[in-house]
Amino acid sequence: MARPVAYNVKIKPLEKDISMAEMPEGHQGEGFFATSLDKVIGLARKNSIWPLPFATSCCGIEFMATMGAHYDLARFGSERVGFSPRQCDLLMVMGTIAKKMGPVVKQVYLQMAEPRWVIAVGACASSGGIFDTYSVLQGIDQVVPVDVYVPGCPPRPEAIIDGVMRIQDLVGKESLRRRNSPQYKALLESYGIQ
Amino acid sequence: MSEHHIKLPEGSIEKSTTTLNLGPTHPATHGVFQNILELDGERIVSAEQTVGYIHRAFEKIAERRPLYQITPLTDRLNYCSAPLNNMGWHMTCEKLLGVKTPKRVDYLRIIIMELARIADHLICNSIVGVDSGAYTGFLYVMQYRELIYEIYEEVCGSRLTTNIGRIGGFERNFNDIAFQKIERFLKEYPEVLKEFENLFTRNRIFMERTIGAGPISAERALNYGFTGPNLRAAGVDYDVRVQNPYSSYEDFQFEIPVGTTGDCYDRFLVRNVEMWQSLSIIEQAYRKVQDFKGAEADVYHADVPEYYLPPKKDVYTKMEALIWHFKIIMGEIDMPAGEVYHSIEGANGELGFYLISDGGRAPYRLHFRRPCFIYYQAFEELIKGAMLSDAIIVMSSLNLIAGEMDA
Amino acid sequence: MLTNENIRQRLLEKFPDQVTGFEEPYGLLSFEAPKEINLKVLNFLFDDSELKFRFLTDLCAVHYPNQQGRELAVVYHLHNLEDNMRIRFKVFTDINQPDVYTATGLFSSANWMERETYDFFGVNFVGHPNLKRILNVEEMDYFPLRKEFPLEDQSRIDKDDEMFGRGGSIF
Repeated sequence: MARPVAYNVKIKPLEKDISMAEMPEGHQGEGFFATSLDKVIGLARKNSIWPLPFATSCCGIEFMATMGAHYDLARFGSERVGFSPRQCDLLMVMGTIAKKMGPVVKQVYLQMAEPRWVIAVGACASSGGIFDTYSVLQGIDQVVPVDVYVPGCPPRPEAIIDGVMRIQDLVGKESLRRRNSPQYKALLESYGIQ
Repeated sequence: MSEHHIKLPEGSIEKSTTTLNLGPTHPATHGVFQNILELDGERIVSAEQTVGYIHRAFEKIAERRPLYQITPLTDRLNYCSAPLNNMGWHMTCEKLLGVKTPKRVDYLRIIIMELARIADHLICNSIVGVDSGAYTGFLYVMQYRELIYEIYEEVCGSRLTTNIGRIGGFERNFNDIAFQKIERFLKEYPEVLKEFENLFTRNRIFMERTIGAGPISAERALNYGFTGPNLRAAGVDYDVRVQNPYSSYEDFQFEIPVGTTGDCYDRFLVRNVEMWQSLSIIEQAYRKVQDFKGAEADVYHADVPEYYLPPKKDVYTKMEALIWHFKIIMGEIDMPAGEVYHSIEGANGELGFYLISDGGRAPYRLHFRRPCFIYYQAFEELIKGAMLSDAIIVMSSLNLIAGEMDA
Repeated sequence: MLTNENIRQRLLEKFPDQVTGFEEPYGLLSFEAPKEINLKVLNFLFDDSELKFRFLTDLCAVHYPNQQGRELAVVYHLHNLEDNMRIRFKVFTDINQPDVYTATGLFSSANWMERETYDFFGVNFVGHPNLKRILNVEEMDYFPLRKEFPLEDQSRIDKDDEMFGRGGSIF
């Protein structure tokens, strides 16, 4: 007896052959398009984020499934996952971070160049998860500032993709002056990062 | 040292070897452990390992939790094959309580355990491929891991950290969709595995990378406490499923592949053949499960009133069922006192659970015998004198899972 | 045929009055010996041509705070692969002087297992080549798995004890 499928039964037909990213608002004319620099740079940045997968434990295996062909993360622009912090934009911390590993996360964060974003994937990276022990760091926001938290133990690949899409929203809407602003500097000061 | 390539004058305070930190942040797939290598040119002179970067104190957590709450901890030991750890833990509890599971439960458990073993060996073998430069094999077989995850989802609801089964059996009977997915797996997977083999087994580049990389003799392997595919690649046919059969493994026909030199190529081949053998075991178990007819086909758990939740309609109508339900959920059940050591053939070797109970609701001491932790000590001996790229291949062919190493 | 009874007889012949506490929980023979002769017993079990316990399956420790003078127990699980026999061997030691001879000369797998036991319980293995902490941070100054130490990190200030059922003024 097959279980009837309840959700998503209507398949939406593809309207055009390719889907393109949305254009920002601006002034269009014959042969030119005027918009603000923020929006163009945001559009370019958000569709080509290069992540650094900092996978420690079980969430790392779900990340591997997300990078696989079924739940492809590469179609969001993250085809090239780099392992060198100097070349990456997004630090994806996946898995439990123990107190022994905390300085390593901080070191990797310090080596990344601005603009940089951090996503905490999984319950352990967000808040210590089920491991409320003497040896586990209760969330990586004790050592680095975090932009998006993805809950789950482990989160489904769809949830990880949702987290990356929220990062895309943040990247697209970020002002070009944010990284030099006093609020950002105060945030980094509170983590002891100069 | 005069045999190194860099010749230093006498009394020099410099070192003639380079220190390279193969640090905790690896290219994602392996996990967090560190090797501090001393290199002479590109040859490795010595290596020092540091583990503990993901130490989560499972053994201390387990002293506080009743038996069911420890199952999610065992999930996170070898997280690539979580159902194996869960089943092993449930079998340890059943040994302590003296519970005998019916045959259908054993066969269903074997299907799930062998699927988990295939999932783990797929990750290990395809990552050996990725580390030697061949990314395609990994992508092809990840599709079939997704199918295995779908089978777990049908049975227990979760993909990776499954918390599957209960003491005495399963929480629900396998439904038709689960059996359809298992059939689909049995039909489609052999071709994929054959194609994966064609990519690697007689591939000249792969053979030249892996043959001779990290060999170990059988005596040294036994002395280092190797178990599982790494030991079988060295020539010793020790498999817990054959020596101390559990969960009715004695009813099945399967072979144990054994290698000769214990190098990376042998480990790859042993894991490959074990996947074929696991597939054959799943087919036999599936046919045996289909042979149960009538009332026997509905059996999915043993009768353990103290640990298995009674069905809901009994809870609402009968008094004993209500009391058991309350006591189980509140964790008020006391275990019998005793010490038990039970081991299963995990994907990496003999996964053992040493449980000491003093008659309370939580164990007095629980120790996990983790195969990865024990055989990682031999890494220095395996790579001494080899080149740096061999060290990477050896590390990935040993199938080191950080969660199991640090626990 | 190697049976639990044979092993017991051989041990009693070789070490009379020193091996005691023979039990067979769940079919596994378990005995204890004083900590001074632990290497002699392990060597005997290894070298003997009939007993052949040449595989060290597991090495761990247990803390019994209520037994005075015998608080820490080091437990060895040995396995005879050819005849498929397992055995458990315990050594008790005092918590104020937890010195036990190391088994690394005989089994290389005991190296890290003893480091883990030292890290968790503080058992000092005499003669170990590299007795340092392995799983916890190096600067830790207490032995966490002993019964008197708590599980949680005590330096957290953001946990609300009332919600966790500890203290507070709900009841």
